[in-house]
Amino acid sequence: MRFACFAKSSRKSLMISNEVGYNSKVEGEVIVTRADSVINWIRKHSVWPMPMGLACCAIELMASAASRYDISRFGMEVMRFSPRQSDCMIVAGTVTYKMAEVVRRIYDQMGDPKWVVAMGACASTGGMYRSYAVMQGVDNVVPVDVYVSGCPPRPEALLDAMMKLQGKIGNESSVKNLSKKPESTGVS
Amino acid sequence: MIDDDFVKALLEGRDFISVKHRDDCLTLDCLPDSLIGFCKHLRDDQTFDLLVDLTAVDHGEEADSRFQVVLHLYSLIHKSYVRLHVACPDNQSPSIPSISSVFPAANWHERETFDMFGIKFSDHPNLKRILMWDDYPYFPLRKEFPLAGIEVPLPAADVAEVTGADVDPAPMMGGPFVASGNGRMSEAEPRAKDESWTEESEKPL
Amino acid sequence: MDRGVRETIVSTTVKEVQIGDVGAQAAAHADGERMSLNVGPSHPTTHGVLRLLMELDGDLITRCEPVLGYLHRGDEKIAENMTYNQFVPYTDRLDYLAPLANNVAYAITVEKLAGLKLPERCEAIRVLVCEMARISSHLLGMGVFGMDAGAWTPFMYTFTEREKLYTLFEELTGARFTTSYTRIGGVARDLPEGWMSKVEKFVDELPKAIDEVEKLLTRNRIFLDRTEGIGTISKEDAIAYGLTGPNLRASGVDLDLRKDKPYSGYEKYEFDVPIGTKGDCYDRYLIRIEEVRQSILIVKQVIASMPGGLWYAEDAKKIFAPPKEKVMTSMEELIQNFMIVTEGPQVPAGETYFEAENPKGALGFYLVSKGGGVPYRLKIRAPSFCNLSILEKLVPGHMLSDITVILGSLDFVMGECDR
Repeated sequence: MRFACFAKSSRKSLMISNEVGYNSKVEGEVIVTRADSVINWIRKHSVWPMPMGLACCAIELMASAASRYDISRFGMEVMRFSPRQSDCMIVAGTVTYKMAEVVRRIYDQMGDPKWVVAMGACASTGGMYRSYAVMQGVDNVVPVDVYVSGCPPRPEALLDAMMKLQGKIGNESSVKNLSKKPESTGVS
Repeated sequence: MIDDDFVKALLEGRDFISVKHRDDCLTLDCLPDSLIGFCKHLRDDQTFDLLVDLTAVDHGEEADSRFQVVLHLYSLIHKSYVRLHVACPDNQSPSIPSISSVFPAANWHERETFDMFGIKFSDHPNLKRILMWDDYPYFPLRKEFPLAGIEVPLPAADVAEVTGADVDPAPMMGGPFVASGNGRMSEAEPRAKDESWTEESEKPL
Repeated sequence: MDRGVRETIVSTTVKEVQIGDVGAQAAAHADGERMSLNVGPSHPTTHGVLRLLMELDGDLITRCEPVLGYLHRGDEKIAENMTYNQFVPYTDRLDYLAPLANNVAYAITVEKLAGLKLPERCEAIRVLVCEMARISSHLLGMGVFGMDAGAWTPFMYTFTEREKLYTLFEELTGARFTTSYTRIGGVARDLPEGWMSKVEKFVDELPKAIDEVEKLLTRNRIFLDRTEGIGTISKEDAIAYGLTGPNLRASGVDLDLRKDKPYSGYEKYEFDVPIGTKGDCYDRYLIRIEEVRQSILIVKQVIASMPGGLWYAEDAKKIFAPPKEKVMTSMEELIQNFMIVTEGPQVPAGETYFEAENPKGALGFYLVSKGGGVPYRLKIRAPSFCNLSILEKLVPGHMLSDITVILGSLDFVMGECDR
């Protein structure tokens, strides 16, 4: 679907692409693009993470939010601890079976669209904890979009993962999803 | 000072105590029935008022006295530790009196020991699991419990229903490879412990 | 499970929260309603995954029951299946704010049972990294404490300093934190060239940064109002509940294992141990700031007096792997290396207990060995586990907003609490 809005310029040009390439000398005050591009562009540059900081990876998450590795340059410094106000859940740390239900419930309380980043070896596959109490990967309870390896992953690795997430968000067919009704059954 | 006179004075008139060894600190064997009284004596009269640790050791199913509770007490005056070994009388359902009335710090330690070993502490104000979830049916630190765990349903039934997850044994892939430490080198080589199965091949019966 | 479909939503129902007999009590109380509040495992103010089941009377907390175990990973069971050196990375992740201190405590325990005597350089290196870990842990603890009380800036300042420490650790061990630096019988590698002068430069600049944090917090009216007189732990309670470390010293008990039972050469260095008077949150904060200053003194002394020599025990034939050049060229060392890697460092049978003065308290390891390279039983006495047991007694009587300050001042880490 494309939409175009005309303002002062009399020139009509239709751009079909996922990127918003804008040259004010050429296009004037108008950008003509796909709705998907705009929606995705807005969404990916202001992902508000919900830090599910469980163990040591949470410290690297905090370090990536601090001044040296500044996650704020990506628009992600708003670390909302309330799932209702966040877009992306960063599962940082070991998920035990006791904690798994909590992770799932919080995931369900997040509003669509939502993404999950499994940060670290423990969240991705259980890490070096092959024991009776550790869930071997958070993807047993929530669908994961980006896996980050490392124990703990460096803040640069987490930022790289967030950039990959941004790339993934950029490729979503958001407009189709807008009209889809979610099947919710009394989420608390 | 923990010297020979101190030990002699401590043992005098108390036949429920015996000295096990004094390698790194004074280690005493204590009978379970006199445990509370002796702890009170150590706390009030001998200044061992800081309960540092309370745990248990499982000596294996073949041992005579399988479960042994170990306490560590510290004295700020003597600046040293005392270790108490208390053997649980029953191997099937071990139980000793709780010392949480003498040392409030023991409250959580005893809950953890119950959680991990199944040792019941009588007169404990709140003896329930602390590290595993309340309905967990096994005692993880017992020697017959495998490291990978045993399959049980996930504690929250609704989450398990939707996601299809449950508490699976961790995939050991033939490991952990641990050397037995005794015997000739060819026998003492590391070999897979009981977890001799992988995700593809089932656990042998 | 179909991972691509994200529309499946768990239908959650209200769970009944049992806080002992709270339900019955609340029903029985005629005056005022008691509200059950679940400060659940995922919450910004809890340092890690701690769940508090609370009963409130308006804003006043009448009952508080902590629920642990959300990070229980089975470390003690894992230890029974790993050789002594293989377990070192797991000790990193106990108190993950000061991993080097945990490494050192574990190594000393095993060496105590094995009866090893370490060279002076190795001990001095261990003291140096322990003190740097203490600085790192307290910096984070106080930054996050300020954040809990509502101040964001100290968090940023302390994290900047910690990043400098991370760079130093990375040069020494290869990892920012989770260092796994010690081995049984020594440390993994010697200090790199020029590293000590970098550390010296760092500790020369650190007091200014601490002064900036102090300027923001210590005489801050809001901070004082929030922390003074809150969470007061009496001396008797502190000892009865098994508290150790700065929490115990804030209540006026003079117990510092570095002075009372010195290990790894701590007796050679001059430093003071701050002791508090009132045992409230403010005291705990002041003690930690002062401990950072004392650690700076210790680091300077260690650097000034660092002895030369080996960084491992040379006569630990069956315990410490020989240097790689010898392993590649000489048969005896090759066999030794093979035995140590496959079977593990051979530690004689027996039992031992050792406690080290970690930033969070006294981290103890109780080790039972039946010979061989694998422990029979390893109990980790976690300071945070014991520090948290006082919450049930401490919290009732405070307001709801004091919870964050109390938890922040106790400075616990769930990684070691749950193991």
